[in-house]
Order: sequence, then structure tokens, then C-alpha cells
Amino acid sequence: MSTVRANLELLPRGLQVALLLGAACLAVFPFAGSDFYTQMVTRMMIMGIFAMSFDLLQGVTGLVSQGHAAFFGLGGYALAFLTPADGPISIWWTLPLVVVGITALALVIGFLVIRTSGIYFIMVTLAISQMIFHLFFDNKPLGGSDGLYINFRPTASLFGWIPIDLESRRSFYYVVLVAMLLIFAFLRRLLWSPFGRALAGIRVNEHRMKAIGFNTFAYKLAAFTLGSALAGIAGYFYGMLNGLVSPELMAFQMSALVLMMVVLGGAGNFAGAILGAFAFELMLFIFKDLPTVGPVELGKHWQLWMGLFIVLLISFAPRGVLGVVERLSARKAA
Amino acid sequence: MDEVLLSASHLTKRFGGLCAVSDVTLELRCNRIHAIIGPNGAGKSTLTAMLAGDLPPTSGSVLLGDIDITGWKPARIAHHGLGRSFQKTNIFPAFTVWENTRLAAQSREPHAASWFKRASDIPTINRRAEAALELAGLTHRKDSVAGAISHGEQRQLEIAMTLATEPRVLLLDEPLAGMGVAEAERMVELLLRIKKDHAMLLIEHDMDAVFTLADRLTVMVNGQVIASGTPSEVRADAGVQAAYLGEEA
Repeated sequence: MSTVRANLELLPRGLQVALLLGAACLAVFPFAGSDFYTQMVTRMMIMGIFAMSFDLLQGVTGLVSQGHAAFFGLGGYALAFLTPADGPISIWWTLPLVVVGITALALVIGFLVIRTSGIYFIMVTLAISQMIFHLFFDNKPLGGSDGLYINFRPTASLFGWIPIDLESRRSFYYVVLVAMLLIFAFLRRLLWSPFGRALAGIRVNEHRMKAIGFNTFAYKLAAFTLGSALAGIAGYFYGMLNGLVSPELMAFQMSALVLMMVVLGGAGNFAGAILGAFAFELMLFIFKDLPTVGPVELGKHWQLWMGLFIVLLISFAPRGVLGVVERLSARKAA
Repeated sequence: MDEVLLSASHLTKRFGGLCAVSDVTLELRCNRIHAIIGPNGAGKSTLTAMLAGDLPPTSGSVLLGDIDITGWKPARIAHHGLGRSFQKTNIFPAFTVWENTRLAAQSREPHAASWFKRASDIPTINRRAEAALELAGLTHRKDSVAGAISHGEQRQLEIAMTLATEPRVLLLDEPLAGMGVAEAERMVELLLRIKKDHAMLLIEHDMDAVFTLADRLTVMVNGQVIASGTPSEVRADAGVQAAYLGEEA
């Protein structure tokens, strides 16, 4: 029953309303929250983009890449390399350039890894991302273990005219919000296009897809490349937000994190990925901020609470936050 | 004579020391059903797998029409007009019956990989899927989830998906497997309906169905063809009676 609902082209009405409300809240948030929270929600939205890009691979196509963070990290590093020491660089050509570069790299890597499937795919993607991680971690010119500073946030200046001041926390927040919504709309459209239906078919039964005449390799490669490019965009924004990129962004822990976000939110429909990213970041914030009770610093052990939270949520709501929201809205509607 | 749509010559498949299929030659003609019978392990499914590209033959060749497809990948062979259904039900259980069929129809389209069209809004695909469902007698099940319909209907869906790709050659691996009497009768009717304009290879254990449907019959035992001809010729063959039909009767 619940799996059937997830296959609906339109999300259930109650969920649609919930998502619209959420988007409306995001639209006014910077006027209500302080700079600190504005920045925190910006980070959540960037993670939302990253999680959606992973959902395209894992939730839709069934490709559980454990090297996805490499492309996220490379997006940030690319910005760091492109930014000169003496001033900001234009977002108008650097962002497209980063997307093109990561697309090309993902095509090459995808060409090698898509041949494998199942556990081998996980292993190979993991291995490649660890290679990239160590390339940067071990080489001082590439930033080494400390990473690289991005001293100047890119500018949106066009021949002296500045349509959006990206230095402003609030403007940057809206840029990321619009990017997230656009990518969401694009991916929802894609999901119900012939291409998206074929990806879903590959997840469910790749053998049959081949038998009815689909070149599944090409489809999986296209999904892998597109997902990687979107992860690169998220990484670029992350670099902009943080002003610092470090090798941890590319490490397998980061790939595991984004997997958790998607599972936490509910896979395969992109709304869950965003919800999962928000929920994850929010819980992270709460758990890290836990008080010290007697001799025990609760906040210091946030990983423990996080683990517990995820285990409990997945045990009782296997379809994640989205499943819970859906169930609640269905109850209200009834 | 109806034209030959698929011909296999001297197909052999060895797995190490085991010879699963040995020197099989056969022709499939349009408007004809060619049945292959034989005990389990006779090499029938291996033969199908070689024709469909799932297994490369050790030696021998396969022509689809007049194109040599030996060694081609399954998707490419499917694109050139060969459709197959599977011995073990092989569908998309989480999708609706409609989506299963629509997806199969989509593979034949230039829009197959479009990113921006709505998949459900492409008339040519929809027409093809509707026609296949109609032919397979599943139109009333359109909106059911494929994993939830009866076994017999899932077997019909297998055929509908195969038909939606508009193949000229059909390889049907035990379409009647696990069916009750009434379901089997329905399937036999369905196969007779789609016989027209198709060349069909039928692997089946149900002898009543085979003798009702088949225009030609090949008997395989231990990877080898021991008899081939019209059903009455094969029935009269002493070797076949000893090796196979006798035990069944």
C-alpha cells in the first residue's frame, strides 16, 4: 500500500501542502532568523541539493554509490583553485565551468564503475573516492590535510553591475533556495519523463529492461553523470558558504552521511531527500548543543544520539520522515 | 512458404566439460509456432538464452532476418525485433500493469530517453501499450500493481510486455508454467491469437498445449536434437517415444 503511494506521479495532496508550507517558511525565514540561523539553513539547503543528487542514483536508479562525496568535494575544491589570491571571481563562468569539468570526470569514472553492480559497485565507487581523497589529503599543493581557504566569495558582478550581492548572507541564502527549488522541480520532471521511468525500471529489474531493449549501461551512466554534476553544484555552494574546503568533504564518511540523509527522509522522490537533509542537520545541531549533565557532556557524544535517532526512526518509520509526514497528512485528510 | 525470420545454425554451448547445447539448427517462420520439448536439463533454456543474447554461443551462428546477430547484446537484439518472455516471471512488480507495458513500449521510441516530456503523455507509446494489453487480455487489470495480480495474469503480462516491443520473433519460455487448467486454456487462446505475423519459439512442458499449438516440433534430450518435424511425425518417431513421450504418457 505505502509503496504504491510512493509511485504516484503527484505527491499526495497532504504532502504537497506540507511541502508548500515548508517552502513558504524558507522564503521568509531570513527575516525572522538571525544571521547565524540564516547561515545554518543555507547549509541545510546545500545539503538538500547534495542529498537530491544522491537520491537520483540511489533512490531512483538503485546505484548505491559510496563515492558520491568525491564529486561534492571536488565542486568545492574547484572553486578554491579558481579563486585568485587577490580578489573574488565571477560566479557566471566558474559555476558552469565546474559543472562541465565534473560532468567530464564523472563520465570517465562512470564509464569504469557502471560495469559493476551490487556490492562491487559499492566497493569500486568507494575505492575511487578514497583515491581522490588521498590525492588531496597527501599533497600539500592540493591543500593537504588542512584543505584550502576560499578567501573571496565569488561575485555575481556583470560588467560592474551587481544584480545580487553574494557577500550578503541573506542574498546568498536566496540564491541557494532558488537553486534548490529549481533542481527539485527539474528532478521531479525528470523522474516522470521517459528517461526517469527507465531509471526506475532499472532499479526494479535491470535484466528485464535489457530484454525489452534498453541499453541500461547508457542510462545508468547518464544518471551517474547527472547526479555527480549536481553534487558538484552543491559542493561549489558549500565552498562559497564555508570559505574553506577540506579533504573530509570527499571522504567516504561524507558519502555515508548523504546516504543516511536520503534514507532518513525517504528515498526515490527527491522531497524525502530534502526533508532528510534538513532533519539530519537539525538533529546534528540539537545533539551537539546538548547540555552537560553532571560529569557527562551529552553534547560531546552527539554521534551516539544521532545513531540512536536514526536506528529508532528507521525501525519505526522505514520510509523515513516523508513516510511519517505522509501518514499524518493522510490521517488528517481522513 | 512463410518467410524465415530467425535461423540458428549449429549452435553449441559448452560450460567447461558440459555440453549444454550441441549443434542445434532450427528455423522460425512467420505465422508459425515452433515448439521445443524435452526433459529438464535438455538445454532448452540455454538455447533460448543464446538466441536472445544472454549467453554467447561457443560456436554456431544466429540470423535475425538476414542480419547476423551472433554475439550481440540482448538490448540490441531486442531492438532488431526479437522479444522474449521468461520461464520465471520477470516483471516490474512494484509498478502497475500499465506501467510495465508502457515501459516496454517506450523502448521502441525515439523519445525513449527524453528528459522533459511526460512519459505518460506520448501518444505513440500509449497506443502501443494499449494494443499489447488488449491483445493479452489484460486491459481490465491496467491499474493493478503487477506484483499483486494472479500468477496467470502475471504470465499474461509477460506476453503483453513482450508484445509491446512489437517484435517479429517471439521466444516464449514456458508461458504456461504453474498455471491452472482454466488459465492455461486462456493462454493457449492468447498464443493462437498472436501467432499471426509472428514467428514464435515455444518452450513448454504442457503436452496438450504443445500439440494444440505447434506447427513444428523439436525434441531435445541432453543438449541434442533427437527429432524434428511436424507434431504427427514427431509423435510417430520411435526414438522420441522411448526417450521422452513414452514416459510422459
